Formats: sequence, C-alpha cells, structure tokens
Amino acid sequence: MDKISFNIALLSYLVASLGYFVYLVYRRPFVSTMAGCMVGMGLVFQTISIGIRSSLTGHGPYTTSYEVAMFLAWFMVVIYVLTEWKYKIKDLGAFVIPLVFFVMLISIFLSKDAGLVPEAEVRFWLTLHRTLSIIGYAAFSIAFAAGIMYLIQEHQVKTKKLGIMYFRMPSLEVLDNLNCKVITIGFPLFTLGFMTGSIWNTKVDQAFFSWDLVKTMPMVMVWVIYGLVFFGRMVTGLRGKKAAQGVILGFIAVIGSYFLHI
Amino acid sequence: MTSEANLILVGVNHKTTPVEIREKLAFSQVKLEASLEQLVSSPEIIENIILSTCNRVEIYARVENTDQGIQLLQNFICDYHGISRGNLDQYFYSYCDNQAVEHLFRVSSSLDSMVLGEAQILGQVKEAYNTALSFSSTGMVLNQLFEKAFNVAKKVREETGIAERGVSISSAAVELAKKIFEDLENHSVMLVGTGEMAELAAKHLISYGVKTVYVASRTYERAASLAQSLNGCALDFESFKEEMHRADIIITSTAAPNFIIGKEMIETAVQKRKNKPIFLIDIAVPRDIAPEVNELENVYLYDIDDLQNVVNANMEERQKEAENAMEIIKQEVTKFNNWFSTLDAVPTIVEMRNRAEDMRKVEVDKTLKTMDHLSSEDKDAIQQLTQSLVNKILHKPTINLKKKTQSQDGHIYLKAIRDLFHLDD
Repeated sequence: MDKISFNIALLSYLVASLGYFVYLVYRRPFVSTMAGCMVGMGLVFQTISIGIRSSLTGHGPYTTSYEVAMFLAWFMVVIYVLTEWKYKIKDLGAFVIPLVFFVMLISIFLSKDAGLVPEAEVRFWLTLHRTLSIIGYAAFSIAFAAGIMYLIQEHQVKTKKLGIMYFRMPSLEVLDNLNCKVITIGFPLFTLGFMTGSIWNTKVDQAFFSWDLVKTMPMVMVWVIYGLVFFGRMVTGLRGKKAAQGVILGFIAVIGSYFLHI
Repeated sequence: MTSEANLILVGVNHKTTPVEIREKLAFSQVKLEASLEQLVSSPEIIENIILSTCNRVEIYARVENTDQGIQLLQNFICDYHGISRGNLDQYFYSYCDNQAVEHLFRVSSSLDSMVLGEAQILGQVKEAYNTALSFSSTGMVLNQLFEKAFNVAKKVREETGIAERGVSISSAAVELAKKIFEDLENHSVMLVGTGEMAELAAKHLISYGVKTVYVASRTYERAASLAQSLNGCALDFESFKEEMHRADIIITSTAAPNFIIGKEMIETAVQKRKNKPIFLIDIAVPRDIAPEVNELENVYLYDIDDLQNVVNANMEERQKEAENAMEIIKQEVTKFNNWFSTLDAVPTIVEMRNRAEDMRKVEVDKTLKTMDHLSSEDKDAIQQLTQSLVNKILHKPTINLKKKTQSQDGHIYLKAIRDLFHLDD
C-alpha cells in the first residue's frame, strides 16, 4: 500500500514538473493550475506513504537512507508550497519539483529495510537531529532553485539580452529576498541539526565527533559554505549574485555529502 | 455561421484611411447618441453599435439583409457627415458574420491597433458598447458578441505576452527597474541633468510608485524647478556625486561632452549602499556614464541604444505573440458560432414539435369521432397516451439536434430536419 502511494506521488511530481516547464515556456494558466493540483496530490499520497510505512516500522521516517530521502522530499514540497503561497512565484515549481522528483527517484534504489530502532534516549536525539537537518536541507533546496533563477535573470539584465525568461521570472530583488529568508531559517536549523547529531553520536559512540573524515568533513564544508552566506549577508552586505552562487555551491556540497553518507 | 446571423461591420481605420478623412468621419459622444437612435429606427437594422476612436470608426450591426445592410451603413456614415460617398468607397472595409466576429475580437484584443497590444482600445470598445446599451440599440446577439469580445481580450492579455513588453523607451526603463527592484514604491530616483526624455522617464517611474526624487543640474534653478514639479529635492551639481549612493535609479541626461560618471565613483556608491543594486539609465548623447561601469557587480547600466534595442526586440516579440493571439481568437470565433447555432436550433425544434402535435390532433380527433361509446375519461386517456407517445418519439431527436447544431456542420442537420418534416412548405 505504501508502495502504491509512493508511486502515485512520484508520478504526480513528474507530471507536475513537466507542467511547470510547459508553463514556464508557453504560459498557459490552466497548465500551472494543473501542475499545482498534481503537487497537492503528490503531497497527499507521499504523506500517506510515509504514514503507512511509519506505522509498519513503528518509528518516524528517519532511520534509513531511504526514509531520510522520502522525508526530505516531503519537506521540500511543504516548504515549496508555503513559499509559493507567500511569494506567488509559480515558476519556482519548474526548479523545485523536478528536484523533489529526483530525490524520490534516487530513494527507490536505496535500501528499504526497516532501520533499527534505538533505545529511547538515543532515539530522541536521532529524531531531533534528522528532522532539523532535513528541514535545513529542504530550505537549502529552495534557496538553490531561487539561486539558479537569480543567475538566469541577472545574466539577462546584465548582458541586455532580454529573452523569454526575463519576462517570465520574478525580479532580482524578490529572488534575492527569497534566498535570504530561506537561508535565515534553514541555516540555524541545519546548525542545530548538526549539533544534535553530535550529541546523538556521543550517545552512540561515547565520542563527541567520531571524526570519520569521509563522512564528517563534507558536512563541515556544507556548514562553512552556508555559514559564509548567512553571516556574510548580515555582516558585509553579501547579496545578489554572490549569495546566489554561494547557495548553489552549498547545495552541490550537500548532494556530494549525501552520497558519501549513504 | 449560418446566414441568419446577418452580422455586418462597416468601417475605416488607421490602416485604410488617412487621418484627414478619419477625423471627418468620427462620431463625437453627442453625435453618437443621435446616430444610434437614427440607425435603430431604420427597419433594416435590428441591432447596432458604433465604435469611434481616433484610429477607427466602425459600425457593428445585425441586419435583415447583409448586402443591403452594408450599403445602408456606408451611406449612413457619408450622409451623416455630409461627405459624398464616391470619395470614400476606397477607404471602407466591410465584413459579414464570421469575419465580422473575428475582426471585433482582433480589435478588442488590440491586434488591429497602431501599437500592437496597447491597452486603451479595450476601454474604448467597452465604452462604445455601454453607450449602445444605454440607448437600447443592441439586442441578444450583439450583447453576447461584445461580452465575448471582452473575455477574448482578457484571455489574450493573460495567455500571450502581447502586452507585457514595453514599446517605448520610458516603459522599457520602468520594466527593467521592476525586474531589478520589483516594487518601486520604496525606491528613489536621481536625475542628473534635466533633459526632456529623462523627465519623461522619471514621471513614468513616479507613476509606478517611486516616491523619492533627487534632481541635479549644472544650473541650480533648472534643477529646483524640475524638482518642484516632480515633488522632489534639488541638489547642487557638485554634490550629486556624494549623494549618489542614496539613489536606486540614476537617470543622466546632461550635455557634457565627456563621461561625468566613472567606474570608481559608482564602486564607492555601491560600497556605501552595502551592495544594494543600482540601475543607471544614460539617456545623454554623448554619453554621461563610462560603459565599464556595467562590469561592476549589482550595477546595471543601460544607455539610449540599449534601451532602443530592448524596445525593438519587444516590438518583434509582440508581433510573434500576435500569432498566438490569433489562434485564441480563431477558437473563440468557433465558440461564438456554436452559441449562435444553438440559437438557431430552437425555432426548428419548436416547428418540428408543432408539426407532430398537429398531426396527432388530426388523427386522434378522426379516431375519436368513430368511437362515441367511450367515456370522457377514456378519451382523455387516449389523448394523454398519444401526447406522451409523440413526446417520447421526439425526445431524442430534440436532444441530439441541440447537440449536433453546436458542431461545425450543424446546419446540415437543421436542413435535414426541415426537409424531412416539410417545415418550409
């Protein structure tokens, strides 16, 4: 049952991605409405899928890499829906929903075994660590999409070649603001996730950092990149193109560290 | 469209007719009311609407006979303005039915305008319609047609980019400003030099919400008087460089022979602004701002040629979008036809049912006359039975006829029914 729901959600996101692309290029309002409905449907079925799986395994979706990927995709959609509702940037869907689709697609190839349920205290820190980190990552994915859009728009205004995307995409200020907002929310949560992860590690290995270089260093890199964007904006007025490039680089590091993690 | 629609359109526009003729044929608001009344009183004309703008004079009408109607309207326009018909024949165009519908949709969607996609025409068509409505010179068909035309215009605006690209220097500049800053309300503009084009661009920006305006000019008095008219603040020409960081948009239009704003100057301003973007518009020829300034991050510099290129590209894009708009219009013409066809099915259905009812009555009466032994209840029962039999038999054909008349070849079904039931005998 959870697999059927998963497949329906996956298919919904695929159709929604195509719909958003068509809307981006051909601007047919009913296509964007249709894509919005497909996202809603995908979210409902994904929630059902996660719910069923959690009730079967007896714990939340945070123990195995498959569950984490599912949970991440779910949060990405939730944050996307909230952003779209607040900022009314329909074209953002053309960048975020395909990402969601790929995260879910990758999760198919990950182990579906139910993870081990740790004892209560460890479990508390694990839940907290994974949930906070995942919200952080989901926020980063929105920042990534906004960053890509910013670079496309900035390039057009700067080079004075105003193509179709110039008219379709929002202003530089809106995209930069969106980047700023999601990083302001995402980075502190990610940091907390990082810290609670260390506490969880202490509980498991009796060591604050296990210092597995391969696993830990990429995470530190991710933290440093987003930290530079976060504090750079506050202190030195870092913004615009550099901020967009920063969050794109950060997200590439996230993807890299994810593959090293599994 | 079946010929019974008898919709016609007679008119002249900026493409067919020079302004010196158009101005003579225009209907002023006062003339319009009298004209509508005069046309409506003609027995040939069932409904009519007069659209008179500076670029076109058109009369839309539903008439008894299209050829006569066209002649009548052309004569009316000439007679009304006291101009001999012979001189004007070359300028008039006239369309019937489908073509008239398509023309109206094109006009209201601004595909027939001098500046493709301009917004004014839709308001003018609405006004013409409302005037006609208030003088009761319209009926069901023109009302439906014009309401449809407004919807089509809205759809074209929403679904194509026909109106989204500025086709004047100042509107292209405003568009760029909105793509950099989004909401212009909390942003400021600085004019360096008081050129006419710069003033125009500033006014355009102000109309989009810019509240803070600084004006600097070599002659302080000119700066002061322009600042006053723009509700802004005048700056000393020497001090504008120190104040530059306060402005989000800077428009230069001085007569200086060399660049007066260089890269370092803007670099300092951007630093003072903590990297907040600056949009520079250099309208001056020779230019006021060194082109290297555009290399700076968060700085966007457009000179007069850049803006003109944007305008040209936008014009071309509008032309392309017009093709998409035509697709929408063609679909909507078909939809209007479908609506009109259903209108046509109703009289045929009524006649078919009347014919059947007449036959039933004749036959039942004939039979009942020979059956005097029946009680009046029995006779009523026979009446009811035959009535419901006729209704049952005609129910499906009625439903199907309504459906079929909505298709392209609906008139064939109508003709078949009329022939089979001898409705035209």
